[in-house]
Amino acid sequence: MKRALFPIALAAAMLALALPAAAQKVTEVNFYYPVAVGGPVTKTIDQMAADFGKENPDIKVNPIYSGTYQESIVKALTAVKSGKPPQLAVLLSTDMFSLIDEEAIVPIDDIANSADDRKWLDGFYKSFMMNSRTGGKTWGIPFQRSTIVLYWNKEAFKEAGLDPEKGPANWDQMVEFAKKLTKTDASGNVTQWGVKIPSSGFPYWLFQGLTTPNDAILMNEAGTETYFDKPGVIEALQYWVDLSAKHKVMPGGVIEWGTTPKDFFEKKAAMIWTTTGNLTNIRSNAGFPFGVAMLPAKKHPGSPTGGGNFYIFAKTTPAEQAAALKFAKWATAPQRAAQWSIATGYVAVTPAAWDTAEMKKYAQDVPQALVARDQLQYSVAELSTHDNQRVTTALNNGLQAALTGSKSPADAMRDSQREATRLLKDFKK
Amino acid sequence: MFRLADRVTAWLLLLPALALLAAFTHWPALATLWHSVMSTPKKGRPARFVGLDNYRGMVEDEVFWQALWNNLIFAAGTIPLSIALAISMALWVNGRIAGRGFLRLAYFTPTVLPMIAVANIWLFFYTPQYGLLEQITHGLGLPSHNWLGDKHTVLGAMIVVAIWKEAGFFMIFYLAALQGISPSLAEAAALEGASRWQYFRRVLFPLLMPTTLFVLINALINSVRMVDHIFVMTRGGPDNASTLLLYYIYQVGFSFWDSGYAAALTVVVLILLGGVALFQFGFLERRTHYR
Repeated sequence: MKRALFPIALAAAMLALALPAAAQKVTEVNFYYPVAVGGPVTKTIDQMAADFGKENPDIKVNPIYSGTYQESIVKALTAVKSGKPPQLAVLLSTDMFSLIDEEAIVPIDDIANSADDRKWLDGFYKSFMMNSRTGGKTWGIPFQRSTIVLYWNKEAFKEAGLDPEKGPANWDQMVEFAKKLTKTDASGNVTQWGVKIPSSGFPYWLFQGLTTPNDAILMNEAGTETYFDKPGVIEALQYWVDLSAKHKVMPGGVIEWGTTPKDFFEKKAAMIWTTTGNLTNIRSNAGFPFGVAMLPAKKHPGSPTGGGNFYIFAKTTPAEQAAALKFAKWATAPQRAAQWSIATGYVAVTPAAWDTAEMKKYAQDVPQALVARDQLQYSVAELSTHDNQRVTTALNNGLQAALTGSKSPADAMRDSQREATRLLKDFKK
Repeated sequence: MFRLADRVTAWLLLLPALALLAAFTHWPALATLWHSVMSTPKKGRPARFVGLDNYRGMVEDEVFWQALWNNLIFAAGTIPLSIALAISMALWVNGRIAGRGFLRLAYFTPTVLPMIAVANIWLFFYTPQYGLLEQITHGLGLPSHNWLGDKHTVLGAMIVVAIWKEAGFFMIFYLAALQGISPSLAEAAALEGASRWQYFRRVLFPLLMPTTLFVLINALINSVRMVDHIFVMTRGGPDNASTLLLYYIYQVGFSFWDSGYAAALTVVVLILLGGVALFQFGFLERRTHYR
């Protein structure tokens, strides 16, 4: 009996001695991250945390996979409300206003106040910072950012007698190409659609790929006003609806976001709109040569940005916040940002990352990756307002109502705008 | 009269269950009721008493009415069909046929699958152009259809998934009940010259009534509780055409973070379900024949 007890007692004593010492030395950073694209993202993140730990033995980053973006914000906010927030999380850039309204996050520039830090914050692409700043403060650090691009099947283009090296440059051309690319069998069923713009889940984002080129913006910078019923917006929706209703080059009803890349592999759609984050996925699964193009232009080219930012949480100690910042800074350093971009297909977030040798080589091997970068100069912020989820839901409902034919584009957008105005009236000062 | 010690013992024996029920059922229900008359706390505006404001908002909330209506259709679609299917499957696999064990297993498989897995399987079935359903309809020369992307078919598609998932589960109860029915009844009915339909209608079905009541209650609860497939397959879309009450509560509570309104919605569901349970236990039970 005595003999059995002794090692346990010894272990307990050692633990008691070791614990406080460890707690003083190592700052733990719990880091929530979602996975929103295909590929071994979890492995890459774990590797990053381990590498960071080797260089910074006084900080321990615990990556915690938290599901989809939607599930991640639910988990993060629930954790905040129960008083145990994570120190760091990657959440949608559009969640910024919600996180501020819940007093869940701290402004980055309050922690990052050295000259070096400020230089780092100014190093990101401007269009990525649009969704990261409001009221003169920076709240998010761009990390896994994306934008929408058009992928086209070069084989299908050749079969249809089109130049396989050129995607559609503008709206009229997309319709013209799509008409040639839509194939029907003997009984009149479509076997290959000309184009697919997905509309399940978050149609508002893809819709911005239509409103932006038409010079229509959907909200003001303060996130207190929306402009869903402006003529430019209705015109953009009319074009989207017409693709299936009038031109019959896109399937009717709501098109599932998740299966759109597969529709492309299966040659059921010759052109698709999806995120740059799918580039690696499509590169490894498409059994034919494909091209990537900027979204077609109307008055000019244009696309929204999307994807996730780092956020640092309130109600954590200054030491933890500093440690979280250090990791975010490390992860967005040119070398790291380049590796992350190559592994996932997300757009490297700083011009400096594109200047690294690794990225230059990648751009040579995969010139398609450059399209997303070149499109950034035409990009606008993704729709984000106060009470964001509700306002975007109001727009999503209107878009789906129009796409399924139950409301005219004008009526649908008027209803969405009325609902958004009602929701935002409390936030206007 | 019990002795004091007996009473203390009785209460002590009840205490663990009572404590758990109170902590995890009754207290949350009361807290929900309380939250439903409070506003949702926002930055710089703590929760305050708003009386019936949340309920008044519900009257004007079109999405709530649509979710309620969708849920009624969903219940009316799933309950009778899954029960009818369960009875027919049970009758079939109760008979002496070859491969009976295999059939029973096949019918029960959907029940053991998690709803998320079921939803993913059906997502593939419904996929336009190359989904299983499309391959079949295409083989028959029928036109292609976007089942989940059309407002008119999406709820029907959800109902089919729910029936597929549930019928096997209910079959097990009917099978158990059928095996408890004495074969002498069938022999007696045959002697009297009753047809198979008459035997089922006049003898079997009344004897199965207690099981039907039990299954009915379960089916009803499930028609409100089962929303996992909505998350995977449609997220309530297109334009709320497949939004069910519980999904809407989740959306209001955990996407919109409007805890006051979500609590009010929960109270309404609680009252609805309570009312149905009262009706079932009070009215139907009296008309059910227990042996």
